[in-house]
Amino acid sequence: MTSIGATVKEPGSSKHNKTGSWRTFKPILDKEKCIDCENCFLFCPEGCINKEYDIDYDYCKGCGICAEECPVKAIKMERE
Amino acid sequence: MLRVISANRALAEAVKLARPKVVPVYPITPQTTISEYLASFVADGELKAEYIMVESEHSAISAALGASGTGVRVFTATSSQGLALMHEILFAAAGLRAPIVMGNANRALSAPLSIWNDQQDSISERDSGWMQFFAENAQEALDFILQAYRISEDQDVLLPSMVCVDGFILTHTVEPVDIPTQEDVDKFLPPYQPTHSYLDPEHPMSIGTFTDPNYYMDARYDMEIAMEGAVDVIRKVNKEFEEVFGRKYDLVEKYECEDAEIILVAMGSICGTIKAVIDDLREKGEKIGLLKVISFRPFPREDIYNAVKNANRIAVLDKNISMGIGGVLFNEIKAKMDVDASGFILGLGGRDVPPEDIIRIIERTRNPTDTQKINWIGIKEEE
Amino acid sequence: MEIPEEEFLAPGHRGCAGCGATVGVRLALKMLGKNTVAVSATGCLEVITTPYPETSWKIPWIHVAFENAAAVASGVERALKSQGKDDVNVVTFAGDGGTADIGLQALSGAMERGHNLIYICYDNEAYMNTGVQRSGATPYGASTTTSPHGKESFGEDKPKKNIPMIMAAHGVPYVATASISYPEDFMKKVKKAKEVDGPAYIHLHQPCTTGWGFDPSQTIELGRLAVETGSWILYEIEEGEFKITYRPMQRKPVNTYLESQKRFKHLKEEEKDRIQEYVDQVCAELKI
Repeated sequence: MTSIGATVKEPGSSKHNKTGSWRTFKPILDKEKCIDCENCFLFCPEGCINKEYDIDYDYCKGCGICAEECPVKAIKMERE
Repeated sequence: MLRVISANRALAEAVKLARPKVVPVYPITPQTTISEYLASFVADGELKAEYIMVESEHSAISAALGASGTGVRVFTATSSQGLALMHEILFAAAGLRAPIVMGNANRALSAPLSIWNDQQDSISERDSGWMQFFAENAQEALDFILQAYRISEDQDVLLPSMVCVDGFILTHTVEPVDIPTQEDVDKFLPPYQPTHSYLDPEHPMSIGTFTDPNYYMDARYDMEIAMEGAVDVIRKVNKEFEEVFGRKYDLVEKYECEDAEIILVAMGSICGTIKAVIDDLREKGEKIGLLKVISFRPFPREDIYNAVKNANRIAVLDKNISMGIGGVLFNEIKAKMDVDASGFILGLGGRDVPPEDIIRIIERTRNPTDTQKINWIGIKEEE
Repeated sequence: MEIPEEEFLAPGHRGCAGCGATVGVRLALKMLGKNTVAVSATGCLEVITTPYPETSWKIPWIHVAFENAAAVASGVERALKSQGKDDVNVVTFAGDGGTADIGLQALSGAMERGHNLIYICYDNEAYMNTGVQRSGATPYGASTTTSPHGKESFGEDKPKKNIPMIMAAHGVPYVATASISYPEDFMKKVKKAKEVDGPAYIHLHQPCTTGWGFDPSQTIELGRLAVETGSWILYEIEEGEFKITYRPMQRKPVNTYLESQKRFKHLKEEEKDRIQEYVDQVCAELKI
């Protein structure tokens, strides 16, 4: 059964699709080194890093942008 | 109130009475005066609607679909090349289950270029998921617009409608039309309140999603069920329309069919000519009838069959042709019922169809040489 | 600049790892907020965010076809107005193909009519959704699947179509270019676009890992290199007034941008020199 016109009425429901399974490299943040610049939060294509800099691994695809954009190299990419 | 007006004016009056909120339009002969009347209604404050003069018919139907997506009643109108340009979005509108109502002034498709009447344009959109209602006269143009909103907006249907009027023959000739009161129309046609989808920040929905093979086919299946179910909804709406306005309609109109030996089947303004010919022939004792198909989509197969089944022979008149197989209405009737029928192509690109042609069709139907033949009426070489 | 934490594009979307388009949408929606209706053209963004029965959008969203997003948005905007919902933002997201090529007519019509809407072109410089075919926004020298380099070809042989200036020629109140790599600059522009009464156009440069051929971690760095080399210039035109919003301290050689992408790898020195000359000329005109 498809809804009328295939309209989706549950906003943000792609959260049911855990893209974390795509990941090969995992970003690990050292909060001690973090200088609160917000780069990782701003540049994450998944929007899965919050302002507390918690990384939601359910969705992180491991692209590595956060590690690359971290000005103090507080994020390391580690093989899963 | 009785006024002597064109079908385009009648159609525009109906739109005004239906109170759409958004009207995106683009000019094209012979539809243009519908857009002009609506522009003046808005300019005079008689119609409280957002009138959008878009840059193409493609954008007219796109804007109509965007507006309908927010949950308001909308109207647009076009003809011929304009309808063809809309083609892609006609399918999208039906698939998104947007109850848009559109007026189509039937006109030939290019090439060669012709601005004159036939019904190739809307017939060519028969698979788009739009309902199509063909008017015989200006009064029907008005009445069908009002009913189309009710039918399209019915929760069991939710498919767009096209009200078809023959270009020039109806759009640019005048006849007396009874214009209902706003009070009666408001009684018949309440405001549109969608529940299936609408764009509202309080209830965020995603409309026009991407479906994979697990879902697409079911969505199309639902549309077919809705289209078939529309037959009953149309009957219900016809009845309620009669209760309020006193004019009686059905999916088809039977004219002298009861005891007819030969029945002509046709759509649109040509039915007026046929009725006049039948009146003459009946006086001479010839048992001829007309079945006017009003609803081409949904296709009223039972109504058609029940009306023609007792006739000896039927003739189907098409102002369109599907190249290589003949008239579309003829072929659909042949496909859906076991009847002895001949098919005739006529009136393409505004070729006149005088009463003599109707008599010629009746003669050729009485004694057919080949029922598979595509019979062309009015071709010069033929004479 | 205080940037809201709330996300209006949910994770779980099917964008490639390192997708630049979703970064752009996330940042734009942070500025526009909840009271917004989004319209998408057919393209990567539409496909990756709404695989039925899921959606990533937390705001109302509609997609109809490829070439008509601006027309759909026109209808949405007027329909909201007819309901007294003038306070709702209407934003359109369309790719460079849906903007510079197939959607240009509908966009021009919408801009000319003066609808109160924001149109954001996320420009990844080719048709990525169908497999990297050239568009009017593909830059000179880029190899795509329909402008491939070969024995007798160095790739795309025309410069990028200047859509922002074509939009500016419509006389709309706000036109800007932006890059996902300069989020504050971009978000300020979205905020201005939101506040403007009338059409606003933002052309957002957005590197594409898959189409351009670079490591997913380099998406932001590539966007930065485009700007730092003068290959992409950040400006705005407010009520006809042109202003550069970011000036590189010292322009880097274009080569640093070109050589980090597969689509330019085939270029010979003379072709790279030609690109440098072209960039120098544009930058000289704009005093960068």
